[in-house]
Amino acid sequence: MSYTIAEKILLRHTDKKTIAPGDFIWANVDFCLGNDITAPLAIDEFKRLNLNKVFNPDKIALIPDHFTPAKDFRAANAVNVLKNFAKEYKIKHYYEIGRMGIEHALLPELGLVGSGDLIIGADSHTCTYGALGAFATGVGSTDLGATLATGKVWLRVPESIKFIYKGKLNKWVSGKDLILYTISDIGVDGASYMAMEFCGEVISNLTMEERFPISNMAIEAGGKAGIIAPDEITVRYLKSTKWPRLKQLKGLFSDSDARYSKIKEYDCSKWEPAVACPHLPSNLKPVSKLKNIKIDQVVIGSCTNGYLSDLRIAAKIIKGKKVNPDVRLIVIPATQKIYLNALKEGLAEIFVKAGAVFSTPTCGPCLGGHMGILDKGEVALATTNRNFLGRMGHPESFVYLSNPAIAAASSIKGRIAHPDEVL
Amino acid sequence: MIIKGKVHKFGDNINTDEIIASRYLNLTSPKELGAHVMETLDKDFSKKVLSGDIIVAGSNFGCGSSREHAPLAIKGAGIACVVAESFARIFYRNALNIGLPILEIKDTKKIETGDLLEIDLVIGKIKDLSNNLTFKASALPEFMRSIISAGGLISWLKKTNK
Ligand code: SF4
Repeated sequence: MSYTIAEKILLRHTDKKTIAPGDFIWANVDFCLGNDITAPLAIDEFKRLNLNKVFNPDKIALIPDHFTPAKDFRAANAVNVLKNFAKEYKIKHYYEIGRMGIEHALLPELGLVGSGDLIIGADSHTCTYGALGAFATGVGSTDLGATLATGKVWLRVPESIKFIYKGKLNKWVSGKDLILYTISDIGVDGASYMAMEFCGEVISNLTMEERFPISNMAIEAGGKAGIIAPDEITVRYLKSTKWPRLKQLKGLFSDSDARYSKIKEYDCSKWEPAVACPHLPSNLKPVSKLKNIKIDQVVIGSCTNGYLSDLRIAAKIIKGKKVNPDVRLIVIPATQKIYLNALKEGLAEIFVKAGAVFSTPTCGPCLGGHMGILDKGEVALATTNRNFLGRMGHPESFVYLSNPAIAAASSIKGRIAHPDEVL
Repeated sequence: MIIKGKVHKFGDNINTDEIIASRYLNLTSPKELGAHVMETLDKDFSKKVLSGDIIVAGSNFGCGSSREHAPLAIKGAGIACVVAESFARIFYRNALNIGLPILEIKDTKKIETGDLLEIDLVIGKIKDLSNNLTFKASALPEFMRSIISAGGLISWLKKTNK
């Protein structure tokens, strides 16, 4: 039998001999996670089973990242639900503010997830770890509750779509643009129920921090997983995080005659940096067509683009300039480690001197939680992943999505701007 | 099981942020969540819903975030069933797992807000009594039927000793 990488990973996690798209499997997970929004419901469901232990206290992460530092007393209570559960069931990976990060940036950084793993998370952007060659997918709270008890999850084996990226990315075109172009091509349900597999020379040349946003936004096309087969860059990254299961990389690639429901090829050399307009991530326009869009707020952060390299690019553009008087710039490193590195490298100082907010790690405004909610009629440009109606605040506010370079340049100009306009 | 109720119609790509906005995600009770369901799209929506009503939508219903609060809010508001041309993956699992009936039919364009629907959940037949149309829903795979008949995922686990 020949298999795609997605099928191979799933097969390895069942007791079956063969596997095919459409099969239902009851699969063993290597790692699972929940956050301050989804885990309290999962814990309630888990408790209905009256068990005195979880399947494995070392393979669970509970991360209070959405409404933290607690934005109100209900949020504080949710954090305590996680904290107390972690204590009671000896769950190793609970990370308090001041030591945490946005879950999807934190888990790879801590070396908890890697190639060939099957990971489920009660958060739709769990697909981020696909960038490391994992089969990682978002589920609901009840699913997580069941996994906490059993270490297993039910999955339908998905068909795969292969995306091949050829050519060379132009200046200021990043991994973020690549996934935005893909979503705009196939639509927000273009990969529903399917595993997306990203490959080609363009992907091979990207760093891990440029690959994460690609897999991260697979869900924005409805994808079940967004996988990049591991290569030397992946291995180097995994070694740097001391991820312990490197043996799993053996044979971890799609067979040359594996079956795909679709194969898509893109010539990336033609792309210019782009922006997704309200209210869908697929509503993409080249930045040059949007230069008259005035903005009130810029957010640089999230599990999509809150990495150190994102902050470096933004700082390079902003250095020595001032944030436009009509704009609020909010910069949020994705993890405590990135935060510290941004301090050490002087990036924080560049942002603060320019008149920006520099925040502790949190999801915050990305989901309209706190730390920068939009008023009626306001417009934001964000490096986040969703621009749905009301996502960042008032139902009549507007969110545009872009890479960090465009976001930084726009914060200086007070309107959507190309990085070359300010550098 | 037969459900009979009035239709509330929505379009394509209704996402879970629209179904229940993030600012309410620090609530967990279905009743409290239900008071804010669909508020972003129609601020008086929950007041218009009578217990047993039905949501009908286009394609990709429930896309976006994995929040189980979305099907809980729908259930909590008293909605008895959601019919759509297709569902986003995580919403689909969540609805099954919490026991919110959902049905897929090819085309929902002819069904309108205010229509009276009669749904036979067992055989997946939908009658639009207001304009005399019938629709056949795609059958659920056997595995999923076993979860539903157990009363959701957790009860299924208990029953099957998994
Ligand atoms: S940063 Fe945004 S998209 Fe990522 S986990 Fe947090 S809320 Fe979700």
